[in-house]
Amino acid sequence: MSVKRFAHPYIPNSAPEVKEQMLRDIGFSSIEDIFADIPQELRLQAKMNIPPALTEYELDRHVNLLLNKNHTTKENISFLGAGCWPHFVPVVCDEINSRAEFLTAYAGEPYEDKGRFQALFEYQSLVAELVDMDVVNVPTFDWAQAASTALRMAARITKRTELLIPKNINPDKLLIIRNYTSPDLTVTLVDYENETGALDMSDLKAKLSASTAAVYFENPTFLGSVEANGQLIADLAHAAGAICVVGVDPISLGVMEAPANYGADIVCGDLQPLGVHMHYGGGQSGFIATHDDPTYVMEYPSRLFGIAPTVVEGEYGFGDVAYDRTSFAKRENGKESVGTQTALWGITAGVYLATMGPVGMEEVGQGIMQRSQYAAKQLSSIPGVAIKFSAPFFKEFVVDFTQTGKTVKEINTALLAQGIFGGVDLTAHFPELGQCALYCVTEIHTQEEIDKLTTAIQSVMQVKKTFIDASSMRSDRV
Amino acid sequence: MKRIPRDHTVRRFHQAKWDEPVIFELSQPGERGVEVPPVEREITAIVGDGVSQLPDGLRRKKRPNLPQISQFRVIRHYSRLSQEVLGADFNVEMGQGTCTMKYSPKINERFARSPKMAELHPLQDESTVQGILEMTYKLDLFLREISGMDKFSFQPGSGTQALFTQASIVRKYHEARGEGEQRNEFITTHFSHPSQAATAAVKGFKIIYVPVDENGYPDLEALKGLVSERTAAFAVANPEDTGIYNSRIKEFTDIVHAAGGLCCYDQANANGLLGITRALEAGFDMCFFNLHKTFSIPHACGGPATGAIGVTKALEEYLPSPLVDFDGSKYFYRRELKNSIGKVRSFYGVPPAVLRAYAWIRALGAEGLTEVAQIACLNNNYLYHKILQIRGASAPYIQGRRLEQVRYSWQQLKEETGVTTYDVQRRMSDFAHHYWTSHHPYVVAEPFTLEPTESYSKAELDEYVAALTQISEEAYATPEIVKTAPHNSTGHRVEESVLDDPDQWAITWRAYLKKTAMNE
Repeated sequence: MSVKRFAHPYIPNSAPEVKEQMLRDIGFSSIEDIFADIPQELRLQAKMNIPPALTEYELDRHVNLLLNKNHTTKENISFLGAGCWPHFVPVVCDEINSRAEFLTAYAGEPYEDKGRFQALFEYQSLVAELVDMDVVNVPTFDWAQAASTALRMAARITKRTELLIPKNINPDKLLIIRNYTSPDLTVTLVDYENETGALDMSDLKAKLSASTAAVYFENPTFLGSVEANGQLIADLAHAAGAICVVGVDPISLGVMEAPANYGADIVCGDLQPLGVHMHYGGGQSGFIATHDDPTYVMEYPSRLFGIAPTVVEGEYGFGDVAYDRTSFAKRENGKESVGTQTALWGITAGVYLATMGPVGMEEVGQGIMQRSQYAAKQLSSIPGVAIKFSAPFFKEFVVDFTQTGKTVKEINTALLAQGIFGGVDLTAHFPELGQCALYCVTEIHTQEEIDKLTTAIQSVMQVKKTFIDASSMRSDRV
Repeated sequence: MKRIPRDHTVRRFHQAKWDEPVIFELSQPGERGVEVPPVEREITAIVGDGVSQLPDGLRRKKRPNLPQISQFRVIRHYSRLSQEVLGADFNVEMGQGTCTMKYSPKINERFARSPKMAELHPLQDESTVQGILEMTYKLDLFLREISGMDKFSFQPGSGTQALFTQASIVRKYHEARGEGEQRNEFITTHFSHPSQAATAAVKGFKIIYVPVDENGYPDLEALKGLVSERTAAFAVANPEDTGIYNSRIKEFTDIVHAAGGLCCYDQANANGLLGITRALEAGFDMCFFNLHKTFSIPHACGGPATGAIGVTKALEEYLPSPLVDFDGSKYFYRRELKNSIGKVRSFYGVPPAVLRAYAWIRALGAEGLTEVAQIACLNNNYLYHKILQIRGASAPYIQGRRLEQVRYSWQQLKEETGVTTYDVQRRMSDFAHHYWTSHHPYVVAEPFTLEPTESYSKAELDEYVAALTQISEEAYATPEIVKTAPHNSTGHRVEESVLDDPDQWAITWRAYLKKTAMNE
């Protein structure tokens, strides 16, 4: 170790005088004395091959050079979704989640961290209004993990082992569910209808049995279309003694019915659309909701923050509800596991919902539907390009390029050259669909951007563009 | 003017206490916090209202009962709540042992919040994300140097998820060798994180505990009797949260390997070990680092975070997919892994955490990292020395030195005064300090676990000790002050019984309104 004259800015006691005084105080002659229990053969002898320290200014230059090698969705036009979506993030959300109090806190008690408990209790309460249920958890890692836990909860409640899951689920989510539910539970896939993209009811009926713990479906489905048979699916699940678990995109709930009102027993989803940037996938955050039934509440692995009185009249207090459920209290005998997950995104989702309010949530949902329908209409006007499923969709939809004779890969490569990130290529995971891509259109897309996409795809096809004219459409409606 | 005397040793503190309503109580119909981007008229003209396409049963009938609040009031509400949180930027956060509450450099936060990071979509073309891929790959290289492992995945979203990933790899490894059914026992210790046992149980393993000997070491002789053809893995931290380094660790891993099991090193907290000793030489097959502990990313009230998992070459193909690689000119994802456990978290985990950890390591270099470990351990031994002088406090097990943290005990204080570790916990908040107890089970009676890290100055260590000393003195002289604490915090003792009663617990505001309506 070379002798440094100055302390590192992050390490106050690396100042040589301080170091020496502390060693004297505790009766050690050198730092090495502290490590005397580590055998020499286990001591790292070689110097680690890590570049020398940079000062703050050097670091700023260096990291920014690297960051500048990224080309963002803001610098391009992006139609990528598939589990991580571009949405409007009110600046209030960033303002609150960058406050150092929240950002640098961790596991404080309901006293010195009362604000953290209250903010997360409020997030639970705000999401509860959206899903129209009385219990929501402190967030899990992401939707996939929330779905996994929801399914494990269902299995514990029913004491059954088979999970029915739609075949058109996000393939990555399916991998995560399989990992979290094996080896003790089995996953059986239920077909979807080729025409609508909705769950195939006859296949569902055939697969429901006395060992079915849960039927899981999503609304909207991974491939975008809305699932119109929600109540029927829930009724079939219940008739078989199974629990109905519904995955939902929470930003749809200003205009779409809450799954609890068509039979869902457990609802889960991702909070990222609610005020969290995409962060290259780092913005994902899962939630789980149920009715206030102790049978369900006691099966949550997550922390659940509740409101409570204090010894002072008129004062709100907060704390952990039924803490003894958790692995913190009971280790392997608790419900699954709990720990650090995505609390800051929960607080952020709360800020978002409080800022948007009931009207904002309705408007954003409506705006998404209008823009995505417009985009689908424009794209389907291109010869050879079709919208795959006939069912209505919320913000994502499958565009079928099979008849164009071009592959999605070719099209996306050409679009990229024009500064457009085309929809997610589905050919690897859904070969049965042909040359299809999943396009995502939200409230952030302008008409101009959508038109640019249409023009760009037309240019890729090298066909003449035939725009739908607004005035000619008006007469079709009414 | 006379010089103002400043000779008190504990802070005369009072935390913010805003008495802020619950957000629903702020609602004023007609107000709103933000406007939504308007839809172009031409779009509306072409597609109509959009929502009429929804089938009847799927159209929301009633707007969600969210509050209606103007923007400034939303800001004030949450800013006030934030002031009722003692983040690491505010307190001497050494009370959360095991969690390495260190300084999260501000510049790294700037990087992480740059649009160049925040506005990336995970499925963008690789050519458009070379910057973050390069940092990911290089962080992998750095962690290989620190651990001796051969490849890292950053997919797990926390230490708990890294433990789950380890258990998943263990299962897959034995399945691939035809021993999946047979090897169903997972050996660990009572000092391990609760998630260690909990995640292994989710993966179907039976949990076997190695007892602790009188010096605080896992019992080597006992381990010999526990391993068998049923042993799937041995998972341990070293040091555990006692701070006691098990110098015979290589004998442990040899015994487990001889029985056909894998060895998993919990390095969630590796703050005392950087540049000092590594997983490889101690015989481990895998290890993981919490980037939100040792590598400085902020804890964010409990995530988002990363548990970076590293494995030896033999286990590389078992890692979650995809991995980041470099072909000499460009960085890319390798998705085809022969025995991959699949995935544990969506996409690639939490890339902004990777970026922050990369930047932190670059700010320290190899020598700086070693300095971190040395000073973290020096600070801890200084604290240990001082705490043993406090009446009623002790540090069970072997005496003399510890690495980066210690699990202490107030057993004597409890016996002599009736004051418990929970009482001390609440009282510490009166002096602007966070204080935790320990993980369960309380193998050490009336526990408290302190970890000073490298981030606090000697004066700050002294301040924390002074607060504990004062509380000990109060416990012996005026215990009621401690038992009725907190007095200067955000609120007062919570009546916890309602939180365990299904008829009374209220996990949301709407549940609270329903359950209290009958008492109105």
